[in-house]
Amino acid sequence: MLLALWASRNIGQVRTVMVTGSTLLLLLSVYLTIEFISLRGAGHDEAMLFCDSWSWYAPLDINLSIGVDGISVAMLLLSSIIVFTGTFASWRIAPMAKDFFLWYTLLSAGVYGFFISTDLFTMFMFYETALIPMYLLIGVWGSGRKEYSAMKLTLMLMGGSAFLLIGILGIYFGNGATTMNILEIAADNNIPVGTQYIFFPLTFIGFGVLGALFPFHTWSPDGHACAPTSVSMLHAGVLMKLGGYGCFRIAMNLMPQAAEDLAWIFIILTTISVVYGALSAISQTDLKYINAYSSVSHCGLVLFAILMMTKTACTGAILQMLSHGLMTALFFALIGMIYGRTHTRDVRQMQGLMKIMPFLAVGYVIAGLANLGLPGFSGFVAEMTIFVGAFEVNDAFHRTVTVIACTSIVITAVYILRVVGKILYGVPVNEEHKKLSDATWDERFTVICLVICVAALGVAPMVMSNLISDGVGNILGNM
Amino acid sequence: MEYSILILILPLISFLLLALAGNRMPHKVAGTIGTLSLLAATVTAYIVAGSYFGAGRNADGVFAEVMPYCITWLPLNETLSIDMGILLSPISAMMLIVITTVSLMVHIYSLGYMKGERGFQRYYAFLSLFTFSMLGLVVATNIFQMYIFWELVGVSSYLLIGFYYTKPAAIAASKKAFIVTRYADLFFLIGILIYGYYAGTFSFTPQSSMLVAAGGMVPLALLLMFIGGAGKSAMFPLHIWLPDAMEGPTPVSALIHAATMVVAGVFLVGRMFPLFIEYAPDVLRIIAYTGAFTALYAAIVACVQTDIKRVLAFSTISQIAFMMVSLGVCTSADPHEGGLGYMASMFHLFTHAMFKGLLFLGAGSIIHAVHSNEKSRMGGLWRYMPITHITFLIACLAIAGIPPFSGFFSKDEILVACYNFSTPMGIFMSVVAGMTAFYMFRLYYLIFWGKSHYKEQLALYNSGNLDHEPHKPHEAPITMTLPLIILAAITCVAGFIPFGEYISSNGHAYTIHLNTAVATSSVLIAISGILIATIMYSRGNSHITRFVNIVMRGPIKAAMHRFYIDEVWLFFTKKVIFNCISRPIAWFDRHIIDGSLDLIAKLTQRFATIVRPLQSGNVQSYCIYFLSGALAIVLILLYMNDF
Repeated sequence: MLLALWASRNIGQVRTVMVTGSTLLLLLSVYLTIEFISLRGAGHDEAMLFCDSWSWYAPLDINLSIGVDGISVAMLLLSSIIVFTGTFASWRIAPMAKDFFLWYTLLSAGVYGFFISTDLFTMFMFYETALIPMYLLIGVWGSGRKEYSAMKLTLMLMGGSAFLLIGILGIYFGNGATTMNILEIAADNNIPVGTQYIFFPLTFIGFGVLGALFPFHTWSPDGHACAPTSVSMLHAGVLMKLGGYGCFRIAMNLMPQAAEDLAWIFIILTTISVVYGALSAISQTDLKYINAYSSVSHCGLVLFAILMMTKTACTGAILQMLSHGLMTALFFALIGMIYGRTHTRDVRQMQGLMKIMPFLAVGYVIAGLANLGLPGFSGFVAEMTIFVGAFEVNDAFHRTVTVIACTSIVITAVYILRVVGKILYGVPVNEEHKKLSDATWDERFTVICLVICVAALGVAPMVMSNLISDGVGNILGNM
Repeated sequence: MEYSILILILPLISFLLLALAGNRMPHKVAGTIGTLSLLAATVTAYIVAGSYFGAGRNADGVFAEVMPYCITWLPLNETLSIDMGILLSPISAMMLIVITTVSLMVHIYSLGYMKGERGFQRYYAFLSLFTFSMLGLVVATNIFQMYIFWELVGVSSYLLIGFYYTKPAAIAASKKAFIVTRYADLFFLIGILIYGYYAGTFSFTPQSSMLVAAGGMVPLALLLMFIGGAGKSAMFPLHIWLPDAMEGPTPVSALIHAATMVVAGVFLVGRMFPLFIEYAPDVLRIIAYTGAFTALYAAIVACVQTDIKRVLAFSTISQIAFMMVSLGVCTSADPHEGGLGYMASMFHLFTHAMFKGLLFLGAGSIIHAVHSNEKSRMGGLWRYMPITHITFLIACLAIAGIPPFSGFFSKDEILVACYNFSTPMGIFMSVVAGMTAFYMFRLYYLIFWGKSHYKEQLALYNSGNLDHEPHKPHEAPITMTLPLIILAAITCVAGFIPFGEYISSNGHAYTIHLNTAVATSSVLIAISGILIATIMYSRGNSHITRFVNIVMRGPIKAAMHRFYIDEVWLFFTKKVIFNCISRPIAWFDRHIIDGSLDLIAKLTQRFATIVRPLQSGNVQSYCIYFLSGALAIVLILLYMNDF
């Protein structure tokens, strides 16, 4: 696909290639999901299905090994939906559309690679592949203080990767330097506890930076605010999920002992993330900042749930990743569309958009309601699963933090309704805004696709929930 | 029973249809779709309830709970899962009738009331959504399904309050309603989590061994659930959203904020009643005292409000508090020994839904005629609006507790239950009941009697002091008066339903018999309340009224401002949460956390600037560095060799 894109000459061809490519990917992942469920149904109960491995660099035991379990299938499905809709959201990108889509595709390739790898090294490699294009995408096609934000984002994430690299090397050597394969390391489980104590925090923080863990989340508001629409979508929708996924699959899975003992530190940090993110979203005035802080809060909940280490909570965490991915993608898409018309994201300068652009406004209300956890949308399912799961841990500390985390559902309602009330309702005041048009067909398509996905996950959660809890069960079974 | 699912599906289909394709429909079509689908749902609900009660009792003399549908919606862990389905019990069958009846009336009424409004289709879509969620709430098979529909009810209420989305007051009110109830729902959710963990199930009928083992956690869970219910049912101090919610269209107030949604809290306590009685009698006492205080508070405030819908709103709060008190004073599951309150509460819920719906729809008809909510714009309306006048009067008599209207019977049972509990409680509630009669008739006289605002305006116009001809009040069209007449008829006869035959605290048949002493005294109190109102308000502003206004200026002013409870909340949310927590956190984030990271970046840069000259590209300096480095190494090696 990259090659085809490179070869294409003009914007028309670029679009054709992107649409074909992303549709193909979407179909492939739907097919993969169905195939996976049917194989599971047929009684294949290995941890990973569709495994494959090619030796790449034998002296260091680096293999290009791939395989999927329930969690990665779900994440792949999410990524292809976002990439697919993101393509439509950046339909009118200019200038240098070709280069934009090139980097965009490289980023998605990194993401896909990350989710299917079962080898520490290749996983890390794909992780980096996904991060680097971000710098260019924000730096070149962004808006506002884009150079500063792009630099900040890249440096912070690179700092995270440095931790991560040390962590990965620690795991590799701690386990006796015989294999890089995650499954084998997890099965061996012979990393000394002392080593785990050192490398677990490193790995967790390394991934945590990407998962917007307090206090390493500050790249997120600036990064999102300056990124172009589809990059924000992909970034909040998928990239931030790499963090949660990595924490679970590598940090927790490979170093269970340390995870159990040190979890409390991170539980406190994530609880702070959840409440703190939501509270600071209340007083923001830039739409993207509000959403970025909301993402900090929601992604905090993902890590929070993972650390609870019960099957229900972890299933909830993965559901929350899916749901948050879809919801924020929808949100950022809508914000991008509104910004494209009003040229401002300041909530104080907009009013009465419901009258001017009803389609986008209704979309925004739906996104908002989904975000504050209305039943019937995905957020509710995920949050409830997390809370029930977190409540399974029966001690005062876990109970207290769970109750604190629960308060986020009220705070979320406050900032969502504040924005909806301020910018959508009321009478239009700005004369300029009265002339603006409603959504075009490609924008409508993006919004409708995402709304359908969010609602589908919210109305019929059992399909995804079974798929995920199967994968989670295998990993927790190891621990 | 198999078709009971239709009751839920019909409003849902109508919602989806109107929400997706409503914009392309003419108003008539949208209204017809909404109303007809609800008519069908209502008929189904009557059939279902009829066959449920018609099927007769079990061998042990109770109506068995029937569960025609149940699917596992979301499996959570080995023991817990969220199920979705339909569960019929006596009170849910009763609620089905209440909701569909009032909702149907509101649907028909709105055809006239909302005629020509912008967003007519949207209005019907939201009404259908609300009806769907409320019906889903009452037939819930478990507490979690109830919570899910509870939230949906909340959001449809939010959407309907904010229906006039260009009005700032409506926006603020919808936001307030949602956030206040959401705040209460937080407690509800935590209650459910605790309950689910210790009971090992979300169903209403857990294994008692699990609950006994849980000890003090069960009352805690039930208390938290009650707080959730108190939010929806507007109990003090979470009542602040309800009066503001009157910014929505009036039929919506009738349906949601008078008849159905606000009694959800009562229904919740009623649904969990067996658990309350067995494991948490102390929580029931808390419910009783909260309810009693709320009833008094709301009644006092209702006495002085000038906006007709606000009077009704506070009256609703007060009446719901009556139901709560009635549940709270139960001391056993047997209706003959202290369990009477349960039946009385459900009975009052039923009759109140009808006459309060009627009052609100009547108020809507009045507002429609005079184009204002303020009492000062009304007066002398009986001449112009005969049907509204008669039906409104019937409702007022019912709420005041005058026989033979329905309110008398249900309120009487509540008072008996209170006297059974303790005499002070009985006297207290009787006084509040007297105040109810007073403020309702104050309202009635100010609207329908006294000086006609229209006539005054007309006189001004004729003498040339007014530049436009005043609008003459007129009776509402048939779509609006028909629901009034139907509800008035129900109000007249509902008191004679042998309610205890169907619903009682332990499920066995219970024959209602009037307690003569309580009945007589409560009627006397009600009549004296009406008399005082008659003296003070029947001829406009009498001397006594003026005298009272002067003497009680302070308390009246405080009551006008609802005793400043709203201000306290506002202070808390605006000043404390927004300015003292959120702002500083946002600042802290930008300046301290982000600042320190920027500082690291700056320091790195500074360091880089310092070391940068080293790589100057100047071969000579490289040479010197190299040579001096080499020299240093050699020296070190030599030095080390010496040892």
